[in-house]
Amino acid sequence: MSSWFPENVSTFGGDIDSLFYLILYITGAWFLLTQGLILVFLIKYRRREGQRAAYIPGNSLKQAAWILIPGLIVVFLDLWIDLRGAEVWARIKGHVPPGDLQVQVTAKQFNWEIIYPGPDGRLGTVDDLQMDNELHVPAGKVVRVVLKSKDVIHSFFLPNLRLKQDAVPGREIVAWFEATKPGKYEIPCAELCGFGHSGMNGWLFVHTAEEYQKWVKERWPEK
Amino acid sequence: MKIFSTDHKTIAKQYLSLGLFWAIVGGLLTHLMRWQLAYPDTEVPGWGFIAPDFYNMVVTMHGTIMVFFVAMPILLAAFGNFLIPLMIGAQDMAFPRLNRLSFWVFALASAVLLASFFVPGGAASAGWTGYPPLSAKAEYTGVNWGLNLWLLALALEFVSFLMGGINFLTTTINLRAPGMTFFRLPLIVWMQITAAVLFMLSVGPLIAGAVMLLMDRVVGTTFYLPEGGGQPLLWQHLFWFFGHPEVYVILLPGLGIVLEIMPVFSRKPIFGYRPIIYSTIAAGMLSFIVWAHHQFLSGMDPRLAMPFSITTIVISVPFALIVFAMIATLWRASISFPTPMLFAIGTLSIFIIGGLTGIFNGSAPVDIYIHDTYFVVAHFHYTLFSATFFAGFAGLYYWFPKMFGHMMNEILGKIHFWLTFIFFNAVFIPMHFVGLGGMMRRIANPMQYDFLQPLQPINVFITVAAIFLLLSQIPFVINFLWSLFRGRVAERNPRQANTLEWTALSPPLHDNFERVPVVYRSPYEYSSPESPEDWLPQDQPPAVAQS
Amino acid sequence: MSRSESLTMTGIPTGKVGMWWFLASEIPVFGGLIASYVVVRLGSGGWSDASSHLNFSLALANTFVLLTSSLTMVLAFAAVEDRKPKRLQLNLLLTLLLGLTFLMIKGFEYAGEIGHGFTPGAGIFWSFYYGMTGLHALHVLGGIVVNLILLVAALRGTLKPNEHRVELAGLYWHFVDIVWIFLFPLLYLA
Repeated sequence: MSSWFPENVSTFGGDIDSLFYLILYITGAWFLLTQGLILVFLIKYRRREGQRAAYIPGNSLKQAAWILIPGLIVVFLDLWIDLRGAEVWARIKGHVPPGDLQVQVTAKQFNWEIIYPGPDGRLGTVDDLQMDNELHVPAGKVVRVVLKSKDVIHSFFLPNLRLKQDAVPGREIVAWFEATKPGKYEIPCAELCGFGHSGMNGWLFVHTAEEYQKWVKERWPEK
Repeated sequence: MKIFSTDHKTIAKQYLSLGLFWAIVGGLLTHLMRWQLAYPDTEVPGWGFIAPDFYNMVVTMHGTIMVFFVAMPILLAAFGNFLIPLMIGAQDMAFPRLNRLSFWVFALASAVLLASFFVPGGAASAGWTGYPPLSAKAEYTGVNWGLNLWLLALALEFVSFLMGGINFLTTTINLRAPGMTFFRLPLIVWMQITAAVLFMLSVGPLIAGAVMLLMDRVVGTTFYLPEGGGQPLLWQHLFWFFGHPEVYVILLPGLGIVLEIMPVFSRKPIFGYRPIIYSTIAAGMLSFIVWAHHQFLSGMDPRLAMPFSITTIVISVPFALIVFAMIATLWRASISFPTPMLFAIGTLSIFIIGGLTGIFNGSAPVDIYIHDTYFVVAHFHYTLFSATFFAGFAGLYYWFPKMFGHMMNEILGKIHFWLTFIFFNAVFIPMHFVGLGGMMRRIANPMQYDFLQPLQPINVFITVAAIFLLLSQIPFVINFLWSLFRGRVAERNPRQANTLEWTALSPPLHDNFERVPVVYRSPYEYSSPESPEDWLPQDQPPAVAQS
Repeated sequence: MSRSESLTMTGIPTGKVGMWWFLASEIPVFGGLIASYVVVRLGSGGWSDASSHLNFSLALANTFVLLTSSLTMVLAFAAVEDRKPKRLQLNLLLTLLLGLTFLMIKGFEYAGEIGHGFTPGAGIFWSFYYGMTGLHALHVLGGIVVNLILLVAALRGTLKPNEHRVELAGLYWHFVDIVWIFLFPLLYLA
């Protein structure tokens, strides 16, 4: 199953993936139990000459217990899943950690306009730089992404970072991630945004520390 | 058959016909979609090239048609209209003329939706969910009248089903035959009225929201446009406040069909009649407080995610109970496997998978990854297809004799079942994996993304299986049409079932019953110790005590 | 007894059960609109500068018009129970005229506002104002049509077997009135 997910290079990706597996094992067990019972019963209790079905209405507590007790087990497993989920959610979406660097990503039909704050580290100043569809970050640093949209709702999706966040016009929504490994990863749009939705794609470049410094020096020649 | 009939049975068949027509249209749209996904930018056989904006229209209309013009008319309007008066012992619905009006309003809605394909700019293309601002300004999609007509068609459809809901509820409350207490009603009637209540109470906010969207498009208001002070997220809340109960509006009648069929072919009471009713009511109430699980990543306050995750996961409990009850019905039963029973079991098996994948989607952190991927598409096809098609077919094969006076062909029926079951799973099991691989929804060309290219062979496999799934419906079409005229003439009660509709002629008289039935017992007294037979009809007077 | 008047399993006339379910489905329509208005307004500036441009006195007059029309509707139903056909006709007519008055005053208000440039596109407050009062006005119009049909039948003497419909129409009319009772303070007083 792990081969089905794109490679995880996110600090919180492992949390999401292991929650997925927890749910997979629980639901997998229920799947095997229920489908197995159905199959066994269909075979074992198929119509046979001279054999009458048992009259079991299942309304009394004694009989209904056979479904109520498994129901209770479902409740406990559900709560376990949500307790684990609450921790993971709080860590990812509950609060945005102070970022080592931040970028502004403005979605529009059909591009990601990425604005870097430049060496002064502040957006909205003279040294800001806009690049379309290219997001450069160093590995091992927390990146804050300020998401905006110029027109319709888009969704900023980094599959390898296990990150997704809708970009809503009229709002500024902050997301964050920390990449663990250098590489080149895609940034597809994950919310239907018009005829160019398919193919609306950007690139995330995760650099090593040295490569990132080099890239910064190239972009902002004098400091 | 009068075309402007007020007879609930005729109206049911009218809804069924229109629903089946739309099912064919909706199914053919999948052919376009799946071909484009498997072989992007090639000519679809029988059609031609699919441009990206046309692809969006196909996706949008497929969803809209299947939910509002197939599932609702067949499961609720057709089965509900046909069965409710018969099963409660009434001559017709409480308001027969309102019933007739409701069908013709639905027919008008259908005409409006059909027209939307042919206006300049084409049909709606903002998804069946129609999120603004994409849907609020014509320039964002290039679609102008198509979206306005889409909104109008939905509004008319809502009006039609509101009228139907009033009829279903009033009829069930007031027109029950003597002895038919609420707790002697067949479960499908409980399911229909619960679905009606859910629909009636949840559709209002969407009607309001749709009026607002139409006004934004046509009158220049800015409900959803941020440049005018509006809120795009407002639509999402209004839509999903309805949208979530809506899926149970579709599911419950489907489950009801299974709950009727299983006891008859198990010769055993449905297990847990009362727990099932209480679970259904609980699920219905819960369905009003889960809606924002569709909006975990929408930009709404992240603190809302956990409460909605909890309510979402809790709603799995009543449905788990119903599933367990169905399985328990098979325990120590005496099971035969005619076509209706095959489809009923198929519904159960497939619904279980759909319900289980719902757990993944309902967990907010996991949803961060799987939201808007094909994993979600796989999930809702398992739940919706099982309810609409497997249960719908089960119901059609089961009640065809009562509706049309002929039996359907068993061999064709079994072929139809096995082909549908195999190819349905062949299409939608792999879809989970494509979704886990990250493939986004509503994209026309997966090859535009490097990370999706390794998944493409699976997309091709899904498409081939989908084409076979469509072709697998041919035995049903042949069987249905042939049996209407040449099927073996049906007796009143070919399966020896207990519920009241089987005491009427096949098909029933205009006023349904020769004499007003009197009800003495619950619907599921199969293999009862009170009877030497393995069935005991609801209207059979109790045996006089032996002295 | 017509079918919808027949007393059946529950003892409640079928027509009344139907009407209550209809109203139960209408409540979420206006409820959704009103809730959206409240939430969006609370979440934004407040909009009191926009709402100050509304004509409070006209709306106040309209409130009295609608309330009076609910009274005449009740009197119409009382006339049915007291078997006073002339009084029934008179009160149905009055309800009708008051309903039309409401719509005329509303139309006059709209004309004034649009004349001053406060069109539906003039801002988010105006979107809600026109949306809410417009949908309400459409419902008033629907009620007027129903009452007109009843009045014509009453004048012709053909209402007799279906007189209970006056009560059902009255329920609907009161509902429309109650919606206005919510809209008025939310739009004009807030």
